[in-house]
Amino acid sequence: MKMLFDLYCVFFRIGGLTFGGGLTMLPMLKYELSEKKNWVTEDELLDYYAIGQCTPGIIAVNTATFVGFKKKGIPGAIFSTLGMVSPSLIIITLLALFLEKYINAPIVAHALSGIKIVVCALLLNTVITLAKKSFVSPVCVLIGILAFVLSLFTPVPSVLIVIVAGVYGVLKQKFKKEAAK
Amino acid sequence: MIYLKLFVEFFQIGLFAVGGGPATIPFLMNLADRYDWFTRADVASMLAISESTPGPIGINMATYAGFHAAGIPGGILATLSLVLPSLIVIVIVAKLLENFAQNPYVKSAFWAIRPAVTGLIAMAVVGIFETTLFTAADGSFQLPVLPLILCGVFFVVMNIQKLKKLHPIVFLLGGAVLGIVLRL
Repeated sequence: MKMLFDLYCVFFRIGGLTFGGGLTMLPMLKYELSEKKNWVTEDELLDYYAIGQCTPGIIAVNTATFVGFKKKGIPGAIFSTLGMVSPSLIIITLLALFLEKYINAPIVAHALSGIKIVVCALLLNTVITLAKKSFVSPVCVLIGILAFVLSLFTPVPSVLIVIVAGVYGVLKQKFKKEAAK
Repeated sequence: MIYLKLFVEFFQIGLFAVGGGPATIPFLMNLADRYDWFTRADVASMLAISESTPGPIGINMATYAGFHAAGIPGGILATLSLVLPSLIVIVIVAKLLENFAQNPYVKSAFWAIRPAVTGLIAMAVVGIFETTLFTAADGSFQLPVLPLILCGVFFVVMNIQKLKKLHPIVFLLGGAVLGIVLRL
């Protein structure tokens, strides 16, 4: 029970403190889940993120569901997901009820501009950490650069890039096995 | 029965919007055309508000849209309906993964997927830099000298050994204060 409450609180905190959606949540997920709590490794976070890209739904919520399931099965998945969506429910409802007119106030706009700059710095930091973790061989570096270039300059959907990379990994293992025979 | 309609519509969005929050926008536009819950213009302002409030954008949009359609119960219902399909799908995938995590093929697949996802994330970060720093309020290109310097300073500061363990919210708060003080 304590674990379920813990899951709810951690994801409530992550949901309530990140601006800008799924990707900007990554530095927070990394901090809360792998650095502070040691619940998942950075590699696992990347795996969940990859699966979240190819499955329906909001990526941040999918990641929460994954981590919750890993720690405490189906109840864990439900509590984590609810924790992740609760802050939005509360904040957006309050905003829609009372504060819609304040969102355009200059002081809010200035604060948000400042927050956006920090978000960019945090993201840059996260990408570097992830690259250190996932670029474990020259082939991996090549895959990473290819994925980056393809997604930046061509309309190839990210789902396809993830699937092709996965198929390459499976084939590589298959050839390795056959060569060993 | 508006609640049943909200459930069915948002469950469908949750099931078919692959690729995260922004993927829900075309579905919401479609809802605006078919129901009198909200207009297409409302969707644009929902997006602006969702982006400037904490939480996943897709969830914020669902809460906001549900609220516009049927008040507080509508907001709650739309949000829960949106996450239900992915909850089911992810639990199934997680169960499969639990059984196959040590399988050499699965391991090798993820060995190749991880760098690919890192590349995809890097691309998305470039996109975020472009829209938040390099695009002026009227949509034209701008060279953000001061924001880039501040971004660099924050990057260096958060990599100082002693400050590495600080919660990211500390830096975000610092950014908010700087934004107000410098009138960014």
